[in-house]
Amino acid sequence: MRRYFGRKILIYSITFFLAVTIDWAIPRFMPGDPIRNLLARAGQRAEAADVMYTYYTKAFGLDVSTWQQYLNFWKALFHGDLGISVFRFPQPVAAILMKAVPFSICLLVPAILLSFYAGNKFGAFAARTKILDNTVLPLGYILTATPYMWLGILLAWSLGIVAGVFPIAGAYGFNLAPSLSWTFIFSLLEHWFLPFTSLFLVGFGGWAIGMRNMIIYELESDYSHYLEALGAPRNLIRRYAFRNALLPQITGLALQLGVIVAGQVVTEVVFSYPGIGWLLLAAIQNQDYFLLQGCFLFIIIMVLIANFIIDIVYVVIDPRTRIGMVGGGS
Amino acid sequence: MSLQINNLRVYYQTLRGDVKALDDATFDIRDGEIMGLAGESGCGKTTLGNSIIYLSPPMKFIEGSVELDNEKLPIWDMKKMDKYRFKKVSIIPQYAMNAMNPTRKIGKMISELLDSKKVSYRKTKQELERRLDLVELTHNILNMYPIELSGGMKQRMVLVLSTLLNPSLLIADEITSALDVSTQKAVADMLVEFRNREYVKSMIVITHDISILYQIADSILVMYAGKLAEKASTRVIIHSPRHPYTKLLISSLPKVGVKYSEKKLIGIPGNTPMLLKPPIGCRFRDRCPVAFDKCIEEPPFIEIEKDHFVACWKEYRKNA
Amino acid sequence: MIEKKEKTEKVFAKEPKKINEFLYFALRNTKLKVGLSIVLLFLLLTLIGPLFTNYELNAFSAGSLSSPPSSEYWLGTTVFGQDIYTQFVYGLRATFIVGAIGGGLATIIGLLVGFIAGYRGGIVDELLNMLTNIVLVIPAFAVLLIIAAYLDVRGILMESVLIGLINWTWTARAVRAQTFSLRSREFVDMARMSGMKPLKIIFTEIAPNMMSYLLMALILQFGGAILFAATLDFIGLGPTQGISLGLMMNYAVLWGALQFGSWWWFVPPGFAIMAIVGSLYIMNVGLDEVFNPKLREM
Repeated sequence: MRRYFGRKILIYSITFFLAVTIDWAIPRFMPGDPIRNLLARAGQRAEAADVMYTYYTKAFGLDVSTWQQYLNFWKALFHGDLGISVFRFPQPVAAILMKAVPFSICLLVPAILLSFYAGNKFGAFAARTKILDNTVLPLGYILTATPYMWLGILLAWSLGIVAGVFPIAGAYGFNLAPSLSWTFIFSLLEHWFLPFTSLFLVGFGGWAIGMRNMIIYELESDYSHYLEALGAPRNLIRRYAFRNALLPQITGLALQLGVIVAGQVVTEVVFSYPGIGWLLLAAIQNQDYFLLQGCFLFIIIMVLIANFIIDIVYVVIDPRTRIGMVGGGS
Repeated sequence: MSLQINNLRVYYQTLRGDVKALDDATFDIRDGEIMGLAGESGCGKTTLGNSIIYLSPPMKFIEGSVELDNEKLPIWDMKKMDKYRFKKVSIIPQYAMNAMNPTRKIGKMISELLDSKKVSYRKTKQELERRLDLVELTHNILNMYPIELSGGMKQRMVLVLSTLLNPSLLIADEITSALDVSTQKAVADMLVEFRNREYVKSMIVITHDISILYQIADSILVMYAGKLAEKASTRVIIHSPRHPYTKLLISSLPKVGVKYSEKKLIGIPGNTPMLLKPPIGCRFRDRCPVAFDKCIEEPPFIEIEKDHFVACWKEYRKNA
Repeated sequence: MIEKKEKTEKVFAKEPKKINEFLYFALRNTKLKVGLSIVLLFLLLTLIGPLFTNYELNAFSAGSLSSPPSSEYWLGTTVFGQDIYTQFVYGLRATFIVGAIGGGLATIIGLLVGFIAGYRGGIVDELLNMLTNIVLVIPAFAVLLIIAAYLDVRGILMESVLIGLINWTWTARAVRAQTFSLRSREFVDMARMSGMKPLKIIFTEIAPNMMSYLLMALILQFGGAILFAATLDFIGLGPTQGISLGLMMNYAVLWGALQFGSWWWFVPPGFAIMAIVGSLYIMNVGLDEVFNPKLREM
């Protein structure tokens, strides 16, 4: 057990290290004087430009050796100091991120959990009959092949513009200020619905297909045949098959995180939903490299944590991993 | 009579047509009888064994009847057979090593299985433990996962589980093939013990290893290419077989004390026929050393002496 | 003893060669046929589509802004009066290029990494495994985003290569598993014992068995690369020159196609991606059935 987790932690640590290094290294590979470039492109107000120059020089630490710059970066990181945003100057990056995080989480977590649950249940259900299977299968593949942003656009257009039922921009009405009133909460939900549905549907297709394939595999296994030969009722066999098929699906979830991140970013962009993804794009468009670095780091850390959680969940759910690790056997 | 099978025909559906895997099987097994079912790979013995309890595609029921304890088994109807499975007829499958759900504790799986068959686990638990003792497995095995067990342990566990509800008929499909010789003997002896204690009324032991049958079987049924060749008591089959195939089979067994520098070990030349379009007449004709012109007609499976059945034209004449 | 000449009649001729057997099933598999036809259709469109258009790629035509599909403009025009059909067929070209290069590169890298890891085992395997896991965990999209953001000029080649360099982990894992299982099979041991050189073993014994796997992996990587590229393009981080389907959607949203209801601007590009990638997936399922006898329906 310790070896398993030890190895995982090693990988995550190396990954984190690598990611932070990439994050730090990239601005330095830009041609020319990075700060001049920055200022020129950012087109700051004149009074701000001088302040920015000194600040940037200090911030990039270009007055010290490269190695020292690198260490400084790490130091700042551990202090939670991700710098100051350019495009939302003078707000610190960390603060901006914190404001965007709840929106992303509220979109991401329910979408992942619900699509995982519903998709898997449906996939298992679809594997029951040939007719159902033959219609569900192509549908599922088409759903999972649908680009996230296209689905988002379609939903926005059909339900948002044409039907006029849902709003298609922002997290809440522009005329409202955050409060604990029903109007506000309703507005939140209204704005949340379409992006959520978009993320949900694509995920749903993927999980349904995966589970359908896995469950067919499990139903063909020896233990299924034995139970059938002993006359066990259909639902007992299906229950066992489902539980066993769920295991590789959970591993699959960890593998899908990259794709889900991409989908999240793009969906937020379509709906101008002020989450981390949207912030990321804004940072890119405004050449706000600090914000960009902050978002990137944040995403990496979240993905690593999610991976770790999934690893733990998997060990809890699959008894074989625990036995194998303790060195079981007769 | 415990088991009566009449004219049973089961074919395999393939893209190229029906493979006549089991053609016209007729025989009886008495209460308390352990019958060995022997033959080469592909002779139909597994088809026979499996069709009695679980006739699933690609197996196709053509015709015939199977009666257990004077009750006709609806082997062609998957659903209707459910109430007989496990309770009246049970099986230790060929894949017994992998027969248990790897992610369920064994005890939990048994209780869920019994509950689903409307049998109280609580009431059965004591008997279960007694049987575990009999096969020398600790009670703690119920708290373990299958992955924690060795091959032999899994085999014994499946033996206990399959016979837990005292079925009238137990089908043991190649249960010793994957084991080492000493475990083979132990498991074989357990089978006999189970029969002696009447946990199981009668058994069909499917194997290609005749030496095991010599140890535990009361009678042996030899099959060839989907048809029954000979059935008799073990003693008769081993010492005075009548069917040419059985004779070759027995003589190809190494015997203790015989040095093969003096006498060569005879095999059986040739190959079993393809069952997609079987040869006309006796299916052993091509490899038979004593075949003659009458063999172009299919020989029926006839009782030539008490409890001794043979399908060979040569042998009927002798008793005419 | 019966004359040895009287042989048992063999109903069918000797077992058809493996390739013919696969072709037999391939031609009968609906999923494969349908999927392949759709992909080929789009490919055809890519190749000959531009021949049917009279319009320059990004030429503006002041007379017809945001007009719906008509006989003059088959897929309508953008808010700037550009012909969407033209953009569409050129965009398709970009899509196929990225799929081929990005997907192909990813498959090759995955194949090499997975195979070497599986075949060598030991410390090599450990290291490659660790590498795979690390690349796996890093969200590819975020990295590509960062890299693309800092590059001033980006070409389609660069985009494809970047995608290929980061998307290979799945294939590596699958190939490694397959190599492991093949490596310990009897026929490989036989070859090794008979003194065959390792390279020869790889090519004659192991490779044919992996072919089916590779083909399927290639198809999946192809589709994956297309989706990836479309997502990047949509954010505006695709190639700085030229047009692509993702970029079309980007422009559409950016320039208010939603609000103006010019559905002809954003529906075709997304639909094409969905159709191509979906067909690739379905093709893959069909191929799986062809190669894996257990899945074939009776």
